[in-house]
Amino acid sequence: MYPYVVAGAILFLGVIGIARSRNLVHAVVCLAVAQSGTYVLLLTVGYQRGATAPIFQSAPEKAGYAATLVDPVVQALTLTDIVVSATVTSMLLALAVQIAKRHDTVDPDELRSLRG
Amino acid sequence: MSRGGRYWVLAVGIAAVGGALAWAFLSMPGFGGGFHPYRDAAVAAALRHSTANVVSSVNFDQRGFDTLGEETILLASVVGVAVLLRPLPGERHRHGRQGGHVLGTTRMLVVVAVPLTLVLGIDVVAHGAVTPGGGFQGGVVAATALHLIYVGDRYRVFARLRPIGLFEQAEAAGVVAYAAVGVAGLAFGGSWLANILPHGTLARLVSAGTVPLLNAAVGLAVAGSVVVLLSHFLDQRFLSPPPGTRHAPGDGTQP
Repeated sequence: MYPYVVAGAILFLGVIGIARSRNLVHAVVCLAVAQSGTYVLLLTVGYQRGATAPIFQSAPEKAGYAATLVDPVVQALTLTDIVVSATVTSMLLALAVQIAKRHDTVDPDELRSLRG
Repeated sequence: MSRGGRYWVLAVGIAAVGGALAWAFLSMPGFGGGFHPYRDAAVAAALRHSTANVVSSVNFDQRGFDTLGEETILLASVVGVAVLLRPLPGERHRHGRQGGHVLGTTRMLVVVAVPLTLVLGIDVVAHGAVTPGGGFQGGVVAATALHLIYVGDRYRVFARLRPIGLFEQAEAAGVVAYAAVGVAGLAFGGSWLANILPHGTLARLVSAGTVPLLNAAVGLAVAGSVVVLLSHFLDQRFLSPPPGTRHAPGDGTQP
């Protein structure tokens, strides 16, 4: 049960970090931390005690071999998750760069008005 | 909203989401158990197509269409960053000397590590269907090799070794190649991204049909994307601020 608690804790730590953030770069990193909770959650769902990685060295001889592997589907989803996280992080960091240039601050609390 | 009010909203949100998560987790199959119906189906499908790495089989064979979407997200983010990081009116490129001091040992390490990293990246892409890894991971490793030159304080060498136009084309070619394999599957196999090539012997370098081809296409696109993406961020360092602003972002001075 505890890995689920760890996944939820990472998610909430990231969210708390975003809410407390005084720096946009810090907020973006906190978002990446929050998203890391989903990696832990996905891998937790696919884990099986005593099972090995879903990669074959040679063709299995007997049927039912699949039952000794961890779930590859959630691992593939985790890969997708990481790619999405990287793209979102890059876009948000580019936004932070532009905000720093145009408003001379990266503190979200000092951004009171929208300017073109 | 005041900070105090914000924390109240946060506390309510965390309590609600935390309660919902706890409810969901408690009604799920126990941690580490043997109930994985998707695993059983995916492993059987991977073995039918002689793919040793089941994760690659899921990504590039069983749900190959999703991976095309994933690749397109990457392309879209590169375009988005290019648009967001365009120079402001009045900003100009300055070609000054790069400041800072780099240790000789760092340069030595870079000289050793660059070729090794590049070969490792290509190896990870090539063996994507057989061992852990694949196009996404190998592409990032290969792009890292190029940026190690930047770490070694060779921005001029780095800028010359990095013709951005070529990497932009590599990125586009990767996405087009992926779609082309999909269309070939449609033409010869009757369905989009059908695994039309001979499947070969499990765990051989050339096996799993179209999976190595799709891995190579993704590796090309990812390596191109990462290089183009980081080039936009690195360029920011060499932009002089437009007149009227107090400091340039990234030069370390406080306003």
